[in-house]
Amino acid sequence: MKDRPRVQDFDWTLLAIVGAISAIGLLEIYSSTHASAMNGMQWKQVIWIGIGVIAMFGISRIDYHTLLDQAPVLYVIGLATLLVVLGIGHSRFGARRWVDVGGQNLQVSELMKLIIIIVLARYFAEMRTDRLTLADYAKIAVLTAIPAGLILVQPDLGTALVLIPVAVVGAFLAGIEWRHAAVGLLVVALLIPIGWNMRRHLKPYQQQRIQTFLHPEENPRGAGYQILQSEIAVGAGGFWGKGFGKGSQNQLGFVPVRYSDFILAALAEEQGFVGVCVVLLLYLGLILRLTDNAQKAKDKAGMYVVMGVTAILGFHVLVNASMVIGYMPVTGIPLPLMSYGGSSTAFVFLALGLVMNVRMRRFVN
Amino acid sequence: MAAWNAGDRKIPQGRLALVSYVSAAFVIFLLVGFWKLQVVQSGHYADLAEKNGIRSIPIIAPRGTMLDREGRVLVDSYPSFSILLERDNPKQVERNLPQIAEGLGLTLQDLQQQLDAARFEPKFLPIIIKPAATEADIAFVESHRADIAMLDLMMVQRRRYPHGNMLASAIGYVGEISPQDLEKNPDKYKPGDIVGKAGLEREYNDQLEGTDGMRRVVVNSVGKVMRTLDNVEAIPGKPIQLTIDEDLQAIAEADFDKNSKMGGLIAMDARNGEILAMVSRPTFDPNDFAVRIAPKEWAILNTDPQTPLLNRAIQAQLAPGSVFKVVEAAAMLESKAIPATYTAYCPGSATFYGHLYHCDHAHGQVDLHRALVASCDVYFYNVGKMLGIELIHQYANDLGLGERTGIDLPGEEPGLIPSEEWSERVNHHKWYAGSTISVAIGQGPITATPVQLARMIAAVASGGKLIRPHFLKDATGFKTASFPLSDDTVKQLTDAMWGVVNEPDGTTSGTVKLENVDFAGKTGTAQTESFALQAKLGKHLKENGWFIGLAPRRDPEIVVAALVQGAGWGSSVAPIVRDIVKAYYDKKNGHTPQVSTAENITPAQSTAHSLATSPTVQRP
Repeated sequence: MKDRPRVQDFDWTLLAIVGAISAIGLLEIYSSTHASAMNGMQWKQVIWIGIGVIAMFGISRIDYHTLLDQAPVLYVIGLATLLVVLGIGHSRFGARRWVDVGGQNLQVSELMKLIIIIVLARYFAEMRTDRLTLADYAKIAVLTAIPAGLILVQPDLGTALVLIPVAVVGAFLAGIEWRHAAVGLLVVALLIPIGWNMRRHLKPYQQQRIQTFLHPEENPRGAGYQILQSEIAVGAGGFWGKGFGKGSQNQLGFVPVRYSDFILAALAEEQGFVGVCVVLLLYLGLILRLTDNAQKAKDKAGMYVVMGVTAILGFHVLVNASMVIGYMPVTGIPLPLMSYGGSSTAFVFLALGLVMNVRMRRFVN
Repeated sequence: MAAWNAGDRKIPQGRLALVSYVSAAFVIFLLVGFWKLQVVQSGHYADLAEKNGIRSIPIIAPRGTMLDREGRVLVDSYPSFSILLERDNPKQVERNLPQIAEGLGLTLQDLQQQLDAARFEPKFLPIIIKPAATEADIAFVESHRADIAMLDLMMVQRRRYPHGNMLASAIGYVGEISPQDLEKNPDKYKPGDIVGKAGLEREYNDQLEGTDGMRRVVVNSVGKVMRTLDNVEAIPGKPIQLTIDEDLQAIAEADFDKNSKMGGLIAMDARNGEILAMVSRPTFDPNDFAVRIAPKEWAILNTDPQTPLLNRAIQAQLAPGSVFKVVEAAAMLESKAIPATYTAYCPGSATFYGHLYHCDHAHGQVDLHRALVASCDVYFYNVGKMLGIELIHQYANDLGLGERTGIDLPGEEPGLIPSEEWSERVNHHKWYAGSTISVAIGQGPITATPVQLARMIAAVASGGKLIRPHFLKDATGFKTASFPLSDDTVKQLTDAMWGVVNEPDGTTSGTVKLENVDFAGKTGTAQTESFALQAKLGKHLKENGWFIGLAPRRDPEIVVAALVQGAGWGSSVAPIVRDIVKAYYDKKNGHTPQVSTAENITPAQSTAHSLATSPTVQRP
């Protein structure tokens, strides 16, 4: 039995998968932007990854129990920051979600994602039973809904939704009763078609308002156009793809934000179904490896932290990939590790840092 | 260990495993989605992707030029640039809008309106913010390539009418194809194509319009051309040579512009129907239509009571007045219903069927020659009464009145020659014999157009050869109808028309004689209102004046019909015709034609003279 966490105990298999996904992401960013005014973007992303890796090592040094100790403080800091952003954050694409940190624009809602993982892990770890009561559901819902609401009014529906899977997965592991789970699923299953049909009863201008609310950065026809172009790119890629740097949808810019939210469409066009399989299986490997870490965690607190990270990353992949093939509306959720973006990359590595944190301490007493 | 942490090690392995399975299921779900798009429907999307990036840019073919008979350019086309605004970056557009407005001489409000109007168009499609860019505009765009990158130039071909409104009524104008025409020819045209809308532009549209070329280019998502795939050059439209003589045309235009006369004129080669000049006043400037006519301007042109869009040379259906006496005389001589030696006494008026009919003065005893030369109404009242409406109708028809001449212009009007059948069909009552008295001097329910009268006089002077007036120089296959008149009739009538110009008691009082030119003609003065209306108005409106001139008097080379609405007497119209005939001979004899010396003619004074208010205009 060791008494000190060591870097050798990092999950190197997990990091290999992360490295592979990041490398594919960098190549696709290069392919998408090298012939445009944005060329060289991949180097910026390399820097972000570098910062992320350092942050990952940094956060792994602080015992996650210490972090969970401070959960209420972190929660208050997180909410305060969100409020501050609403007040002074500057508007980009019509939404207030950015603050200047040392000349870089940071999306503070990314920070909230880390905090909610820690806060909910602490809540679930504190429970002494395997039975969730209605009071528990209410508390979990409130804890999640407050930051989600603040993010929603920025407005950033995508990131607000990302907080929910942390609560859902956590509640499931904390011992939600099967019949509660069944009722919950049933309610959701019923709400989806009702909501979908309700939408049709709205007047066109009301639908447009909702549409504009969901993604203010686009014109009323923009969202449909973007998804169509994305689908065209994916479909035109075929089984083998058009080849690196040869996707017309990608190279001519028809794929919207092809280096970020729609990077999977760009990859699907150039690398085909084969490329998509490789990427999605790498993500599955990532999720399975994370779950494995959860299974091997020293205590439930550690497991909840790891599974919070897993829930968020899994949700990102699912929603982003569904959007690219037109199964879900455009919500601005990036593909972790592949989409270009400082804040989201930093978040992913910090989240992975939490996982390493738990893993390193599995044998430590 | 913190108080909150139970250090619970009971990890729910089963539930974690379930999470793994659900994750795997999600990945399979996604892969099925990708499979559908990338394998099952791949071909469909590959097609869409190809169409996406390839855009066909039309290369507009220039329309053919129109030349006069000597090859001088009357109408041509020139390349011009339209200024496009790319809208894919709305914020930047907004920021640069004031600078763009200032640089292109547009108002900010106007630009904003254009942007608003296009706000539901796909953002990657640029809009045309200025259709006809000036050199300064182009320089502005070129010099701001770096800082106002959203401006672009597109080459188009525009119609140009270098002489402005000269010959405009015959030439017509071009414009964007109408939805109806587009529907008729969906394969040939696309929206926004420029086609001939009126006049010769429309008549000869098929020759004039070329075949647009096409450049296929690869564009990016904001429509920027990345490279050219292939190029199909435009085939320019064929030029057409007109029979118009620019020199004669200019003289005729100048004559009409003096005192802003209202009316029409046609000058043609009486041997083959080649039109040498055609004027209609008031008129318009076809250049106004060439770019994109503002709806307001169009409304003004279209609702103007003076009908500037009407080509009076072929569309003004007015009472021919005394010009019709030539038809009357031909009928009298050819039908032999009345002896050629018939004379009548003119005391200045005569009574028929209980009504008093005026003559302009007492001519005394007149024979046919004198009656034509001095235009005695009483003589022809009697002739008309003796001939009857049916005989008059027959000869008028045979001489081409009451039917279209077949001139190569759209919209020609047929005029009207009444008959018993017409009266019953249109008026639902028997023909009043008294009406024949008015018709006999070209008044009442009888109308003709200038082109019909020119053709009729040419036919009378050439033994009954009815030529077809036309503008196209190389026209072949135009049939000339023939209605043989005896040499004697031709001699009598042409001598009388010579008398109108050259004899002392002729209606032109010898004012338009031409030296060394065998110039003949016939005046006409048509009331624009009945005597009853005159009494009611308490004033006398000005008459429409006609003069149909020809030279030489037999087998003429040139015939000119001129109508001046509100001119008063036909004799005052004669100088316009004289100027053209003189210019024709001057040219023929190697002199430079001189521009107009026509005496001043009182212009139309009020719009009451317009066609709409003229009681002699009849549309059966």
